[in-house]
Amino acid sequence: MSFETTRVTARYRQNLRSNLGGRLIGAVLFLCAFVTVVTTVGIVVILFIEGLSFFAEVSPIEFFTGTKWTPLFTSKGFGVLPLISGTVLIGLGAACVALPLGTLTAIYLSEYATPRIRSVMKPLVEVLSGIPTVVYGYFALTFISPFIKEYLYPEAGPYMAISAIVVVGIMIVPIVASISDDALRAVPRELREAAYGVGASKLEVNTRVVFPAALSGVIASYILAISRAIGETMAVTVAAGARPNLTANPFEAVQTMTAYIVSVSLGDTPHGTIEFKTIFAVGLTLFFMTLVMNIISSRITKRFREVYD
Amino acid sequence: MLGLRLAMVDAVGEGIMDKEENRSLEVPEVAISTNGAEELEDRTETVAINIDALSLWYTGVQAIENVSLQIPENQVTALIGPSGCGKSTLLRCINRMNDLIPGVTLDGHIKIHGESIYEKDVDPVAVRRNVGMVFQKPNPFPKSIYENVAFGARINGYKGNMDELVRASLEQAALWDEVSDKLSESGLTLSGGQQQRLCIARAIAVKPEVILMDEPCSALDPIATQRIEDLIRELRSTYTIVIVTHNMQQAARVSDKTAFMLAGEERVGRLVEFSPTQELFTNPSDSRTEDYITGRFG
Ligand SMILES: Nc1ncnc2c1ncn2[C@@H]1O[C@H](COP(=O)(O)OP(=O)(O)OP(=O)(O)O)[C@@H](O)[C@H]1O
Ligand SMILES: [Mg+2]
Repeated sequence: MSFETTRVTARYRQNLRSNLGGRLIGAVLFLCAFVTVVTTVGIVVILFIEGLSFFAEVSPIEFFTGTKWTPLFTSKGFGVLPLISGTVLIGLGAACVALPLGTLTAIYLSEYATPRIRSVMKPLVEVLSGIPTVVYGYFALTFISPFIKEYLYPEAGPYMAISAIVVVGIMIVPIVASISDDALRAVPRELREAAYGVGASKLEVNTRVVFPAALSGVIASYILAISRAIGETMAVTVAAGARPNLTANPFEAVQTMTAYIVSVSLGDTPHGTIEFKTIFAVGLTLFFMTLVMNIISSRITKRFREVYD
Repeated sequence: MLGLRLAMVDAVGEGIMDKEENRSLEVPEVAISTNGAEELEDRTETVAINIDALSLWYTGVQAIENVSLQIPENQVTALIGPSGCGKSTLLRCINRMNDLIPGVTLDGHIKIHGESIYEKDVDPVAVRRNVGMVFQKPNPFPKSIYENVAFGARINGYKGNMDELVRASLEQAALWDEVSDKLSESGLTLSGGQQQRLCIARAIAVKPEVILMDEPCSALDPIATQRIEDLIRELRSTYTIVIVTHNMQQAARVSDKTAFMLAGEERVGRLVEFSPTQELFTNPSDSRTEDYITGRFG
């Protein structure tokens, strides 16, 4: 009897201990999550405070409709449109390069490549995203831009948006290819067989069944890739230059919002001045742009995706 | 055990009665006989699918050996046998579904209505249009009910009235009444049994000559199963049906002929016996068939 009792007690104590361990792990994990949340909230709050104090001095109308961005010059212009246009030009341009290329790569990898080719090719594609972005920038500046100047557009200067578009596009191909490939491969075999079973060709199976079923994952990869393109700074600064320029001509130099923020943060602009506060206004604008993009894309995803489980 | 046998015989009897009714409309001069076996002998069968000395290997490992079967037109043929004996493998040869698995090699011939489907210049896609398939697990597309049914016809360039085709297919699959007011909802909102009938409607809509079913009821409850079985019995006037089943009562209830397969020690599946269902269950000619249907192994 007494043996029984001690055994039960021992077991009970152990439970308590492991329970304590479990709670400790839970607390640590919560702390990690909490730090992330606090950081995010902190960033947003600072963006808002500093951004709003900027808008106390410069009217939002001037900021959002002005076409001259020269806050560091003596004749100050606070029109953010040139930076927005530069950002959109690079972002959309890179998307035009990366989405088709990445999607087709993903379809090839998941549906056409033999397992052996796939096992070699997928890591190779993913390596593209491991190359430091400054290397991409110098590749653009020393190879792509001179090439374009020589053969396609002699009037161009040393900096041009197009070569930034090309390298940023290539840089984000792995994001699209890798995530889309995972999404395509997650489509159950039963669905493919169902389509083959009614006499669909491989192309029809892929375009009408597999791709639509994987669409939410594919779109997620697009969003991630475009966000990365918009946020990309280093390669863009090196390749596209640092001249705010309201243009749609990809052969001209442009400056993006992130490139501007970096140039001011690293420059000798004194903190607290209106010139310095521009970076928070620009950051806030960028924040809302990506936010809107995320909202739109999640709407699109909800509307078009085909849930299969 | 005896009870089970009797039940099966009963079911077979019912099946035969059904057919006699059908037949008596078509061929009135055939006397309605209470002896089902005799009556089946009388019938002149057209062979729909002729499987001739078929062997198949999965990347060098043989799965079935030298199977020959003549599957009659507009009848239900059941494939039974213990797990792993190659029923699904054989079934999937009939619409060249095994072509999709890398490393499959095949020897022998299959002719569907006289046309050899494994010749070099035969397009497997065309074969599958003519030989529909219903799978073990209901697998509707994550599209609307309407699109599920229309899908096959659409990709095959169907020119007629799609609404009518969808309706007719759903009616034939005994699903129309349950879904007529929600055709635009996802096929996945249906119950398992409804989904399986949707898959049957999807197969029917392409107007194949043959429908293959691989354990179509194994994921369904008894009531849904019965609906599918009723449906199979109705469909056999229009289609040649080959059904794989683990459920011997089901084979007895729905099929006209039954093939019994078995894999030996080396795990290579062979055909043991192929006879009219009623005969196979009441008077098997092979002792291994007898052992299997009486539950002595497998
Ligand atoms: N894709 C495959 N690759 C390799 N071997 C396979 C494959 N599919 C089936 N096999 C093998 O072929 C043999 C027959 O399999 P099959 O699926 O045809 O059996 P089955 O009679 O349908 O069994 P069950 O009743 O369990 O469905 C088995 O030994 C199986 O392991
Ligand atoms: Mg099987």
